[in-house]
Amino acid sequence: MNLTLYVWRQSGPAAAGRLEEYRAKDITADMSFLEMLDVVNEELVRSGREPIAFDHDCREGICGMCSQVINGVPHGSQEKTTVCQLHMRHFHDGDTIYIEPWRAKAFPVIKDLIVDRSSLDRIMQSGGYVSVHTGGVPDGNAVLIPKADADTAMDAAECIGCGACVAACPNGSAMLFVAAKVAHLATLPQGRVEAARRVCVMTEEMLKEGFGNCSNHYECQAACPKGIKVKFIARLNREFIRAQLKGGKDT
Amino acid sequence: MILDGKCPSGPISEKWERHRHEMKLVSPANKRKYRIIVVGTGLAGSSAAATLGELGYNVEAFCFQDSARRAHSIAAQGGINAAKDYPNDGDSIFRLFHDTVKGGDFRSREANVYRLAEVSGNIIDQCVAQGVPFARDYAGYLDNRSFGGAQVSRTFYARGQTGQQLLLGAYSALSRQVRAGNVRLYPRTEMLDLVVVGGEAKGITVRDMVTGKIRCHAADAVCLCTGGYMNVYYLSTNAMGGNVTATYRAYKRGAFFANPCYTQIHPTCIPVTGDHQAKLTLMSESLRNDGRVWVPKIRGDRRPPHEIPGEERDYYLERKYPSFGNLAPRDISSRAAKEVCDDGHGVGPGGRGVYLDFAGAIKRLGEDTIRQRYGNLFEMYERITDENAYKQPMRIYPAPHYAMGGLWVDYNLQSSIPGLFVLGEANFSDHGANRLGASALMQGLGDGYFIIPYTIAHYLAQSGPDAAGTGRPEFVRSVEETEASIKRLLSINGSKTANEFHRELGGIMWEQVGMTRSRESLENALRRIPELRAEFWENVRVPGGEEDLNQELEKVGRVADFLDFAELLARDALHRNESCGSHFRMEHQTEDGEAVRDDANFCHVAAWQFTGADREPELHKEQLSFENVRLAVRSYR
Ligand code: FES
Repeated sequence: MNLTLYVWRQSGPAAAGRLEEYRAKDITADMSFLEMLDVVNEELVRSGREPIAFDHDCREGICGMCSQVINGVPHGSQEKTTVCQLHMRHFHDGDTIYIEPWRAKAFPVIKDLIVDRSSLDRIMQSGGYVSVHTGGVPDGNAVLIPKADADTAMDAAECIGCGACVAACPNGSAMLFVAAKVAHLATLPQGRVEAARRVCVMTEEMLKEGFGNCSNHYECQAACPKGIKVKFIARLNREFIRAQLKGGKDT
Repeated sequence: MILDGKCPSGPISEKWERHRHEMKLVSPANKRKYRIIVVGTGLAGSSAAATLGELGYNVEAFCFQDSARRAHSIAAQGGINAAKDYPNDGDSIFRLFHDTVKGGDFRSREANVYRLAEVSGNIIDQCVAQGVPFARDYAGYLDNRSFGGAQVSRTFYARGQTGQQLLLGAYSALSRQVRAGNVRLYPRTEMLDLVVVGGEAKGITVRDMVTGKIRCHAADAVCLCTGGYMNVYYLSTNAMGGNVTATYRAYKRGAFFANPCYTQIHPTCIPVTGDHQAKLTLMSESLRNDGRVWVPKIRGDRRPPHEIPGEERDYYLERKYPSFGNLAPRDISSRAAKEVCDDGHGVGPGGRGVYLDFAGAIKRLGEDTIRQRYGNLFEMYERITDENAYKQPMRIYPAPHYAMGGLWVDYNLQSSIPGLFVLGEANFSDHGANRLGASALMQGLGDGYFIIPYTIAHYLAQSGPDAAGTGRPEFVRSVEETEASIKRLLSINGSKTANEFHRELGGIMWEQVGMTRSRESLENALRRIPELRAEFWENVRVPGGEEDLNQELEKVGRVADFLDFAELLARDALHRNESCGSHFRMEHQTEDGEAVRDDANFCHVAAWQFTGADREPELHKEQLSFENVRLAVRSYR
């Protein structure tokens, strides 16, 4: 199939960006979306032009590096699918496709489709962990965990940290990202001890980084390639209130 | 030179304990004075950086991804081994050690493997304490599954995303140390050179991938945790950015490269569909717990699988290896798949595929149970192939996956350059000529959490802190040389892309140095690789400049190193005139196609020393001795 692409090109953080038109020729249905872009880029390089810069690495939908808004939807409109796992069989000959970077105040553009998501790392650094030392821990079976809890924790822990939830949110909120980590750890006995402090510092850090607040649009859940549910945001809110009642992050 | 692995003496079960006691320590007050560089933030790198930071060292950690959490360990699916013997099915530290040595076809170092098995249980405990949501049974206990090459259930898992959960655990520990000020992170930064001063590793030269700036970092010790080199085959299950650059450039500075020819071709991957393909996708080996592998008995049978009756199917793994069946080790399963396909029984496009069938398991256990166990893998399979594996068997074929070879290290994980330590897949030490499933995660975390903290202290305590910075001439020269080679690449201005060269190289490697090798194919490769390399340096094209984010420039540097390294790999394969594990020389096989080792001549580690760009590398040997496992013909029948 042959496609027309409008791709966001921006030479640097301070530069102005614009959509540029490209043709993708002889694309086959079994190519992935990124392999389609590879074809376009190979052609650009051969003709001495700068290829389109985009983030990607594992191409298996697990590293969370790929990050493109396709026709207005983060990761494209295929449900529970990252861009790298999106396949061209969902497009048709003659289609026009708009490709843009994640757009959010907390994710400044570095170049073309590449954005800076280090704000997510800093949220994790504020408290997205159990404060355990290496060594000196009890046997793995010393504390039993009900299967249902382990499963719920895993549902939340599946987050790949791509930031699609932020890109999808009209407020540019990272609430689903934070909620996934808060819920994952608060559900497990090992993470319970620091749950109150964790929810306070992580939400505080989120706001400090310029992410917006949650006003229940739920676009994040629709865009999440791992199907992380907004029920975890409700869990976060509960944890937050509970923490406030106990005296906030200093509990 | 005969290399010494510096294994402690005494009974194998006491070696590590005694060694730990004998090694020197750095006092808590002095740790702050030492700087340690960790390159790579996968399981080995993250766990090492977090633990060393927590101990009080001054740590700098580097990765080329935009976040430490994205290193390719994240993609490991199936699980992590540990000799916990929770199922009471006969496991023990000795059995895990034994299985691993045997699985590696008796080409690994006994003492290292035993230590790995010893710390395996601690790893699980550590991860549970971090909040890794391992699978549990209904009573709340940790659940286990089986993996290839073992007859016990010792694999711990978190759905089909075990690597992800373990890495996120290590990344969270690392994040904690970053906030505490003990570790400084440098994402989007690629190591391009190792700086050696007076024979010791004293720092690295890196490129900031956003600004293009080349700069140096000085330290008292450097840990390379940069993963494997399987992208030398172009198509592999590794991430797109996976490369040999860090280890190869350390090799050029004097670190010996050991057993590069030990390359694991994983049996269960989604088959290649066409030339456009950029990478291959693994389907976890855990699927072989419930899936049965077969091909039609009739050559070229084009009937859809459900129309082929049971008696016309060849369940070749069960037939050839009745005691291990579908859980035969990876090297054996891969070769068996190639063999049946070469013989005309393959299925799917080009006849390059075999079936992995879940019909029996679904009938026995119900679709729900299968969905619970492997749901995400089935989804991924469908996204890529557009086929529903609940309804029809998966098609799979072997693909390059894991490098057992790597930089040579002694028992302390120190390379042949003092002060340079190598952890995880980047070193060569634990898996011999073939790695068993669920052992890579174990090794990465074992090295990072429980081994390097002891052994690096021993080195640092003896060498003392080194306050000198990056002003030394060795650093200045390293920056100049790095900048010059980038300029040279940018100035060629030819007509072929880096990717085209990479794909061509991969073709040569897969055909001539792939699952099977022969003197003829290797000599062919050794002729063609230098030709391709010469063409590359005449005719590669890199658009853009150096002072900017330039992904083509990143790629071309990695391809340049692969073009050099491929030759070393082929040379090592030619040197190893025997078959062992994943290294299968056509000249050395039994009548029914099993590998034939030559213990009299090749029971050694082949470690190569760089001697100059146009000179042949020098071979050093480390003799392997087996005192606890009987050197025997590996049998899985
Ligand atoms: S490239 Fe890793 S998730 Fe898409």
